[in-house]
Amino acid sequence: MALLEVEDLRTYFKTREGEVRAVDGVSFSLEHSKMLGIVGESGCGKSVTVLSIMGLVQTPGRVVGGSAVFQGRDLVQLKGRELEDVRGHEIGMIFQDPMTSLNPTLTIGTQLTETLRRHLGMNKDQARKRAVELLEEVHIPNAARRLDDYPHRYSGGMRQRVMIAIAISCNPKLLIADEPTTALDVTVQAGVLDLLHELRSIHEMGVIIITHDMGVVAETADDIIVMYAGQIVEQATALDLFDRPEHPYTEALLEALPQVEGEGIREGRLRSISGRPPDLLDPPPACRFAPRCAYAGQDDCATVPPDLREIRPGHWVRSSHPTSERAAAPVGAR
Amino acid sequence: MSEQMDGASRASTNGNEPLLVVKNLKKYFPIKGGAILDRTVDYVRAVDDVSFTVRAGETLGLVGESGSGKTTTGYCVLQLLKPTEGSVRFAGKELTTMSRGDMRAVRRDMQIVFQDPYASLNPRMTVGDIVSEPLLVHKIGNRKSRRSSAERLLEVVGFNPDFINRYPHEFSGGQRQRIGIARALALNPSLIVCDEPVSALDISIQAQILNLLKDLQNEFGLAYLFVAHDLAVVRTMSDRIAVMNSGKIVEEGPAERVYTNPTDPYTQALLAAVPIPNPRRMQERRAERRKHKDVLAEPV
Repeated sequence: MALLEVEDLRTYFKTREGEVRAVDGVSFSLEHSKMLGIVGESGCGKSVTVLSIMGLVQTPGRVVGGSAVFQGRDLVQLKGRELEDVRGHEIGMIFQDPMTSLNPTLTIGTQLTETLRRHLGMNKDQARKRAVELLEEVHIPNAARRLDDYPHRYSGGMRQRVMIAIAISCNPKLLIADEPTTALDVTVQAGVLDLLHELRSIHEMGVIIITHDMGVVAETADDIIVMYAGQIVEQATALDLFDRPEHPYTEALLEALPQVEGEGIREGRLRSISGRPPDLLDPPPACRFAPRCAYAGQDDCATVPPDLREIRPGHWVRSSHPTSERAAAPVGAR
Repeated sequence: MSEQMDGASRASTNGNEPLLVVKNLKKYFPIKGGAILDRTVDYVRAVDDVSFTVRAGETLGLVGESGSGKTTTGYCVLQLLKPTEGSVRFAGKELTTMSRGDMRAVRRDMQIVFQDPYASLNPRMTVGDIVSEPLLVHKIGNRKSRRSSAERLLEVVGFNPDFINRYPHEFSGGQRQRIGIARALALNPSLIVCDEPVSALDISIQAQILNLLKDLQNEFGLAYLFVAHDLAVVRTMSDRIAVMNSGKIVEEGPAERVYTNPTDPYTQALLAAVPIPNPRRMQERRAERRKHKDVLAEPV
């Protein structure tokens, strides 16, 4: 059985202008010890997807449908205390900005032991001992001494390591990392990603990493989901996604990335995707990428919503014009 | 093009001196101490003896991590911050000793595009007023000609001039950055300092803006001092690269050479740390990073 099974998840935000379908029918599953990357641009629904799973969606947002079954329990149905017991205990979370996630007025030690005492019922001494081990596990030098420091004494990368230590403190089976390295410098990011990789193997955790950075998912994830306008548009193993992207959006996104390696980079132009993502108050009626798609033509792209279908084993795509079914040159070739 | 765009009034240097010559530039910020914080106890050496040149029409990429001093360097070049020491020569003239009045005239020729298109546009001004403000400040043309210049400029940057009377908040980040670029072009500068111009933008929009900056450079012969932390973005834009770390340029050279054959250990480590969008190379990249472990050691 999968560790996490998300089925037709829908999260809508009621606003004065109307209903924003931020997450609109998202389904996926995550196996034990696997790392799943969810990528997409801002507003695609990647963060709201995991917030929905964790019961952390704030009003005016609401999970209006679907389920997220984690170890036999549907998280969407859990309330209050039950949900708290799962969150931070069986599921760990880390967010983009470690400074806003840590309380600046409490020492690192206090914040670490809080979780241990709340969820594992440890006493003060046990918790403190375990806290030192945890800081060592995330490779913070002089762990015992650093325990009594306040967050501002830690660098950005070290703060994120503390967040990871808190997240794994109860040996969760699932770790959710929402843009964990976006606020960090690239040299620090490398260390944090390597750490996640290492901990995933040691603890046999399933990990969901959410990012806008194609490089980050390529270097960490086993499987990748690409989201666009509230929906999954493509899902495959990391290797297959980068080798043979099927969705016109994924394809265009990869070609829009500036490269650090290669020839003629300075002289060349990047592929740009015209327009911008749709307003989710009034998304395109059928395929949500159709207005920006190089291949949408005189067919049913504007009338029939494409299903997410398995184009080859393990590779899913939501498009009427996936790469491998395309013969003709794009309409208005670039 | 308008009279501002024809290049006739543009700054140029005589002979072989590059458009911008920065020598031994230093910018120290004092750290105050003592009982009432009245004593300077030390300095933050944000920019510490930096030298480089930018030729007309070329791009120098200034790349580094946060706190490396790259943005401060850009600000010192434009004299938005007063350098502590060193020389900034632009179009043959020394800027660091220039009077305010003379500096005002020079500013026409050197402009800046900021990182955050949300913070850098006045929310109370219309798009048209924002783009034509530099013309107003420098008393160029009349109301009507400024308006038509603004329309032309917006067209040049791919922003629909029909929206000239709208306000910045009505537009997305990418569109706002186009407005910021149009404003920078208004006085027909020869140098634009681009300070992280795409780091707030999504990939698909980022590509649009980078392509636009390339097109504008080709069309108007602009020189860019392109300041950014993203090594891939800098590579796509730059003829030459200068890598900054802790206030110093640790390596400088043609982009191709710096990226394919870096000699400085910090540059090597920085390049090894960049995630490459190719999962097949994951193992190899990890191994490569391990070699630079000492340089990559995180601040604690």
